[in-house]
Amino acid sequence: MADQTTQTTQPTNMDLLRFATAGSVDDGKSTLIGRLLLDSKSIFADQLEAVEATSASKGYDYTDLALLTDGLRSEREQGITIDVAYRYFATPNRKFIIADTPGHVQYTRNMVTGASTADLGLVLVDARQGLTEQSRRHAVILSLLRVPHLVLAVNKMDLVDFSEEVYEKIHAEFTQFATKLNIPDLEVIPISALAGDNVVNRSENMSWYSGPTLMHHLEHVHVASDRDLVDVRFPVQYVVRPKSDEHHDYRGYGGMVAGGILKPGDEVVVLPSGMTSKIAGIDLFDREITEAFPPMSVTVRLEDDVDVSRGDMIARVKNAPVPSQDIDAMVCWMTTTPLKPRQKLAIKHTTRTARALVKDIQYRLDVNTLHRDQETKELGVNEIGRVQLRTTVPLLCDPYSQNRTTGSFILIDEATGITVGAGMINSAS
Amino acid sequence: MTTTHADYRLSQLDQLEAESIHIFREVAAEFEKPVLMFSGGKDSIVMLRLAEKAFYPAKIPFQLLQIDTGLDFPEVLETRDRWVNRLGVRIVVASIDDAIANGVVVDDGKTSRNRMQTATLLNAIEDNGFTALFGGGRRDEEKARAKERVYSHRDEFGQWDPKMQRPELWSLYNGRIHAGEHMRIFPISNWTELDVWDYIGREGIEIPSIYFSHQRRVFVRDGMLMSETPLNPTRDGEVVEERTVRFRTCGDITLTGCVESTASTIAEIIEEVSVATLTERGATRGDDRFSEAAMEDRKKEGYF
Ligand SMILES: Nc1nc2c(ncn2[C@@H]2O[C@H](COP(=O)(O)OP(=O)(O)O)[C@@H](O)[C@H]2O)c(=O)[nH]1
Ligand SMILES: [Mg+2]
Repeated sequence: MADQTTQTTQPTNMDLLRFATAGSVDDGKSTLIGRLLLDSKSIFADQLEAVEATSASKGYDYTDLALLTDGLRSEREQGITIDVAYRYFATPNRKFIIADTPGHVQYTRNMVTGASTADLGLVLVDARQGLTEQSRRHAVILSLLRVPHLVLAVNKMDLVDFSEEVYEKIHAEFTQFATKLNIPDLEVIPISALAGDNVVNRSENMSWYSGPTLMHHLEHVHVASDRDLVDVRFPVQYVVRPKSDEHHDYRGYGGMVAGGILKPGDEVVVLPSGMTSKIAGIDLFDREITEAFPPMSVTVRLEDDVDVSRGDMIARVKNAPVPSQDIDAMVCWMTTTPLKPRQKLAIKHTTRTARALVKDIQYRLDVNTLHRDQETKELGVNEIGRVQLRTTVPLLCDPYSQNRTTGSFILIDEATGITVGAGMINSAS
Repeated sequence: MTTTHADYRLSQLDQLEAESIHIFREVAAEFEKPVLMFSGGKDSIVMLRLAEKAFYPAKIPFQLLQIDTGLDFPEVLETRDRWVNRLGVRIVVASIDDAIANGVVVDDGKTSRNRMQTATLLNAIEDNGFTALFGGGRRDEEKARAKERVYSHRDEFGQWDPKMQRPELWSLYNGRIHAGEHMRIFPISNWTELDVWDYIGREGIEIPSIYFSHQRRVFVRDGMLMSETPLNPTRDGEVVEERTVRFRTCGDITLTGCVESTASTIAEIIEEVSVATLTERGATRGDDRFSEAAMEDRKKEGYF
């Protein structure tokens, strides 16, 4: 059982797990999140009372925990979750950020959004229905977004008499399907979100199940090793120049470490210029530190007065991305006007913004079947496909499979300013 | 010596700090005229601290903006002045009373100061040509906020359209706006109330004294303990008495209630917050209590 003592203060080494949830409508996602918040005592009395009152006014004879999470008025009216909502709860050693995403196919883009920052993906299925086309799609998206840990929660076990066979069948079927995907870590957990079985407390109704409860797994899954600590990548975000008497000659490069470990004295190369220098010092506010690693925001000083500006990247001399203007990527299209070859868009990659031309749309990926459709030469809203882009300036990128920060980009419509696409780089040349 | 991944773990508070600093730098790099909305409350003080860190040893490269309701706690204004002086930043104060005097905002005797605050703010944005406004909103505060982006677009009327929000992926923020539009930026979106307190404690930074336990003459209105002040005359049957209290939020003195508390240190406040049974807004903010969708409605109109 997970620790349920009310925390008084957060231990200084408390860590963070970001997870995204997905499930088809009515699989019980909102109920499950409500239960996690409730059982970890992250819900306040006034929130609970408001939900109890609303449930009563709707004539329900139980408290609809889903109301805790369905925030916008239109969602409450329609009784569905249409946008990504972020939720927070903590247990004594870990804080959790949930990206609660809608399950329906017409909201694939919302799910992609939620998954983009997730360490773990939680897919819900209704035990009575087993795996559906939707659950497969959710797993495909999480795998495309390289979410390293996946949990399949088999919900509503109370409605199938807590049957081991039902669970085993879904487990086997899903494990089989998962072999086609990139899922380094998979856990399949039988639960009842409504009654609480195996959510926080071990179920007395499923003694045949010996795996962890959902909460136990969330609390203990190891995420520190998911980051790349080998390949140094430091996109320069902001040049810090005080120009004050006290710090007259100070020139530092502010940014968030995207990969590797930076240390004073390291020989580095600045891209795209290719000039080399050494790290003179790394500052974290008014302190000099000896190492910087992802995802720290620091200020790096170089020994030589090389010309460095926003959009450049600091890497190691013998381990640096090759600046490239020809990008091959998986793109999730997010707006109703389809993406077509020859289209021009703005592209934002790390701290660099450029323009991109769509050279080719190689195929559209059917996220339900993994079939590659090479006939269609365009991508509609919520569709994912393999796209070739040519950019106006070189991007300093890595394959997404290697680094989720230097391997990702967004596409922006230059007329409306709206974010219309999300890309994951396969390769660049 | 071998190093393992366990040696390279960042605590959750450090991760939140790093994310917020990243946001500040991104906005400063990409927007023409950002400004930080500074209320003097704990969330805006945490924002100011993060901005200080993001650009150190340079000064914060943008101004602060405060909407003077005329109903602010004097202790909050004192703290504000000390922060502003220490950091050497410029603060633009837009006052509701001036806006009324200039005919920009109409006081019909029925509209709450809260609504007039929104009009004053939108007017100040237009007058000063601000293109990005940092706000201290947190997603854990309220259900409508839970879905708001870090970069939250506002049209030419300052309105938020919850159905037309731009997707926000990875740490790639889209700051494109058209002339006349602006972006609200929420750098502490992912912080909880407890995180804010932990951070204030860890950083040892000054917050207004009203957050700590003190003696105050108060009366009960609508189930909340309100401050005695000439700005908020008591009504029939309301009895003023001295109690030991503190405030959980700093808002309009006529609408912000206090709670009985003996918590006089950050550690004691954290203890109190973590066992609290009411959200900070539900407990003590008259302006949020009107309806279940109160915040969503005000946000759509252009509120903070
Ligand atoms: N019997 C049972 N019903 C559940 C369970 N989880 C959710 N439900 C019910 O299933 C319905 C849909 O749940 P909801 O959380 O709104 O699903 P969502 O659409 O995935 O967010 C509601 O009536 C819930 O009360 C469960 O474990 N057992
Ligand atoms: Mg739901």
